[in-house]
Amino acid sequence: MKTAVKKVLIIGATSAIASACARLWATQGSDFFLVARNVEKLQQTAADLKARGATHVTLHEMDANDIEAHPLMMGRCLTALGQIDIALIAHGTLPDQKACERDVHMALKEFANNCTSVIALLTVLAMQFETQRCGSLAIISSVAADRGRPSNYLYGSAKAAVSTYCEGLQARLFKVGVHVTTIKPGFVDTPMTQGLSLPAALLAQPAQVAQRIVKGIANKVPTLYAPGFWALIMLVIRSIPQPVFKRLNL
Amino acid sequence: MSTPLYSWGRFPRRPQRGHGCVWLDELPAQIDRVIGAHHSSLPYGNGRSYGDSCLAASDQVLHMRSLDRLIEADWSTGVIKAEAGITLAEVLAVAIPQGWFLPVTPGTQFATLGGAIANDVHGKNHHVRGTFGRHVLGFGLLRHGEPEVICSPEDHPALFAASIGGLGLTGVIHWAQIQLMPIRATQIDTTTVRFANLAEFFALSAELDARHEYSVAWVDCLAKGAETGRGVFIVGDHAQYGSLEVGQRKKLSVPLTPPVSLINKVSLSAFNSLYWRLHPSQRKQGRSAHEPFFYPLDRILHWNRIYGRRGFQQYQCVVPAANAEAAMGELLRTIADAGQGSFLAVLKRCGDIASPGLLSFPLEGTSLALDFAQSEALENVLFPRLDDIVRAAGGRLYPAKDAHMSGVDFRRAYPAWEQLEALRDPSLMSRFWSRVIL
Ligand SMILES: Cc1cc2nc3c(=O)[nH]c(=O)nc-3n(C[C@H](O)[C@H](O)[C@H](O)COP(=O)(O)OP(=O)(O)OC[C@H]3O[C@@H](n4cnc5c(N)ncnc54)[C@H](O)[C@@H]3O)c2cc1C
Ligand SMILES: NC(=O)c1ccc[n+]([C@@H]2O[C@H](COP(=O)([O-])OP(=O)(O)OC[C@H]3O[C@@H](n4cnc5c(N)ncnc54)[C@H](OP(=O)(O)O)[C@@H]3O)[C@@H](O)[C@H]2O)c1
Repeated sequence: MKTAVKKVLIIGATSAIASACARLWATQGSDFFLVARNVEKLQQTAADLKARGATHVTLHEMDANDIEAHPLMMGRCLTALGQIDIALIAHGTLPDQKACERDVHMALKEFANNCTSVIALLTVLAMQFETQRCGSLAIISSVAADRGRPSNYLYGSAKAAVSTYCEGLQARLFKVGVHVTTIKPGFVDTPMTQGLSLPAALLAQPAQVAQRIVKGIANKVPTLYAPGFWALIMLVIRSIPQPVFKRLNL
Repeated sequence: MSTPLYSWGRFPRRPQRGHGCVWLDELPAQIDRVIGAHHSSLPYGNGRSYGDSCLAASDQVLHMRSLDRLIEADWSTGVIKAEAGITLAEVLAVAIPQGWFLPVTPGTQFATLGGAIANDVHGKNHHVRGTFGRHVLGFGLLRHGEPEVICSPEDHPALFAASIGGLGLTGVIHWAQIQLMPIRATQIDTTTVRFANLAEFFALSAELDARHEYSVAWVDCLAKGAETGRGVFIVGDHAQYGSLEVGQRKKLSVPLTPPVSLINKVSLSAFNSLYWRLHPSQRKQGRSAHEPFFYPLDRILHWNRIYGRRGFQQYQCVVPAANAEAAMGELLRTIADAGQGSFLAVLKRCGDIASPGLLSFPLEGTSLALDFAQSEALENVLFPRLDDIVRAAGGRLYPAKDAHMSGVDFRRAYPAWEQLEALRDPSLMSRFWSRVIL
C-alpha cells in the first residue's frame, strides 16, 4: 500500500484507539493534524508518530465542546494539510451512568461531549468533504449504540444518535465520492475502561482494534465492528425481544 | 488492569495488583499515589521473569507496559529513545524497516525495554556484544520523592551501573536511549550440527563461537551415560543478502491452564530423543527468519500454562570457564538421574566482555538453563544438589529466573549487592530482594 503521503486529521488524537490507528498511518508516511485538549499528551503522541515515520505533525489544542472554535481548527488544518484524506473523530468519555441519573447537568454535559460536539464537528467536516469530493470520514461510535442497556444508556443513546447521524451523512456524501465509516468498538483496554471489570476474553488491545479500523477505512466499510466478532454478538443482542431484554441485567 | 499479574513461571503464586500509567508526565504522580497508599512497590515490565524478582513485596506493582511510545528516533545513527514499557518486539517493528536490529536480544521479544535493562539481559551473541546494558546510552530514573535523575556512563555513573541489572530497585526507569545495530537483512544464515556429548560441545564452541555472531546449543537433559550432554549446536549470522522483514508469524496460544502439568517423563524423553535424531550429524547450512531463530517459544502465546496450575521454575546458572566442562557434566548427570527437566536445556558460552551493570549475571564461562514443573522434590532434593555443584564451581544463578536461591548463595555470588542495597530506593522492594537480603 505505498501511495502518496496521506493527510490525516484526528480529533481526540490522544485517545488510545486513535493513537494506535495513527501509528499504522505513520508507518505509511502520513502527515498529521492532531487535535486534543491536553497539550502535554498531544506532544508525547506526536513524538511517537514522528519516530515511526510521520512526515509532518501539526498540533492543535481544542476542547471538542468548544463549538465556536471548530471553524478556526478547520482553517488551521487545511493550511497545514492542504486537503484531508482521512478524518477520524475519536474523542469521548464514558459517563458515570448512576450519577447521571440524578444529575441532569452532568447527564447533558456527557451527552454533549459524546454526541453534540460530534455533530457540530461533522457539520464543518462534511462541508469541507463536499468541497473536496474525495476522502474518508471515520467516526468512533460504540457497540453500546445498538441497544439501550441499564448500565450505560446515556452513553449508548449519545453514540446511537451519532451512528444514525452518520448513516444519513453516508448517504449524503456518497454522492460526491466521500466515504463515511461508523466504527463500533467492543470492549477495548484503554484509559476509558480502566478500573471496569470487563470479561478478559472479550477485552481487545487498542493495536488489534486499530488494525481493523485502518483496514476498514481503506476498504470503505460503512459500519465496522471491532474486533469483528462483535458483529455477531450484537446481532444476537439486537434480536432479543424487548420484554426479555428489559429483564436482563446487561 | 484489574486482572492479577504473575511472573512467567507462575511460581511463587503471588498475584500482583498492577497500577498502570499511560502518560509519561503522569508517572511521578502515579508513583506517589501507589507508594502513598501501599508504602512500597516495584516496577513491573511484562512479567517475563520467571521467579519472584518482578513481584513486589507489597504485591502492588507499577505496571509499566502501557508506556510504550517512542520519544525520538534517529535512523541515520540507529539511536532511539523510548518509554520503558515498549517491548523489544515493538522496537523491532519500527527498527527493522530502517535497517536496524537490537544489538542484544533475549529469547523472548515480549520483554520490555525497562525489564531488559533491569535484568541486564544477554542473548546468543554475548561472546561478541556483551549484555544489553552495554548498548544503553542513558535513561531517566524516577526515585520516590526526588526529581528525575538522568543517568548515563558520564552522569550519575553509580546509579547508572546500579540500575543496569538493578532488578528494578534503584528507581523506576521511565525512558531509555539505546544504540541499535545495523543489519542488511533480517534473515539469519545458520550452521547446525549435533554433538554426542559435552566434550564435543566444548570443542565446537571453541572452534565456532569466535567466527559467528550468534551461538547456542540445545541439550537433551534426559540422556544418560555416554550420551550425557548430547545436543544440537547452532551458530548464525545476519545474512548479507536478503530482505528486511518485520516478523509477524501467526501465533498459536495455550488457551487455558490445565490442572496438572502436561510435561512428564514420557512426553519429555520421546520429544528430546526425536529432536536430537532429527538434526544432522554433519554440519548443515541453512537460513532462518529472525523470529524462529531468536524467539522459538514466542510462537506459542501463554506456553507457560502447559505446566499447570502449580507453575514451574527455571534453573539458570553460569559457571566460570575453568570449571565449566566438569560442572556442566555433573549438573546434567544429576538432572538426568532425577528424570526431571524440560524439553530442552539451553547451553551457551558467555564471553569475557565486561558488563556495565553492578549485578549483571553473565561471567566468562558456560551457562545452562532449563525448566522444571514445580514440585516439592524440586526444592528439597534436586535444586539443593544442583546448587552444591554450582557453588563448588564458583558459579552463580540468574535472579531473572530464580525463585529459590538462598540468601547466602546470592550474597556470595554477587558481592556488589551491598552497593545496590545502598542505592536502592527505599520505597521499592521485591519478593526476591527481601528473600535474599533480609
Ligand atoms: C521465553 C523466554 C526466554 C528468555 N530468554 C532470555 C535470555 O536469553 N537471556 C536473558 O537474559 N533473559 C531471558 N529471559 C528473561 C527475560 O528476558 C527477563 O526476565 C526480562 O527482564 C523480562 O522483561 P520484562 O519487561 O518482562 O520485565 P519483568 O519480568 O516484568 O521485570 C523484570 C525486572 O525488571 C524490573 N523492571 C521492569 N520494568 C522496569 C522499569 N521500567 N524500571 C525499572 N525496573 C524495571 C522489575 O522490577 C524486575 O526486577 C527469557 C524469558 C522468557 C520468558
Ligand atoms: N475503550 C472502549 O472500550 C471503547 C468502546 C467503544 C467505543 N469507544 C470509543 O472510542 C473512542 C476512543 O476512546 P478510547 O477507548 O481510546 O479511550 P481514551 O484513550 O480515554 O480516549 C478518549 C479521548 O477523548 C478525549 N476527549 C474526551 N473529551 C474530549 C473533549 N471534549 N475534547 C477533546 N478531547 C476529548 C480524551 O482526552 P483527555 O485525555 O484529555 O481526557 C481522550 O484522549 C471514544 O469515542 C470512545 O467512546 C471506546
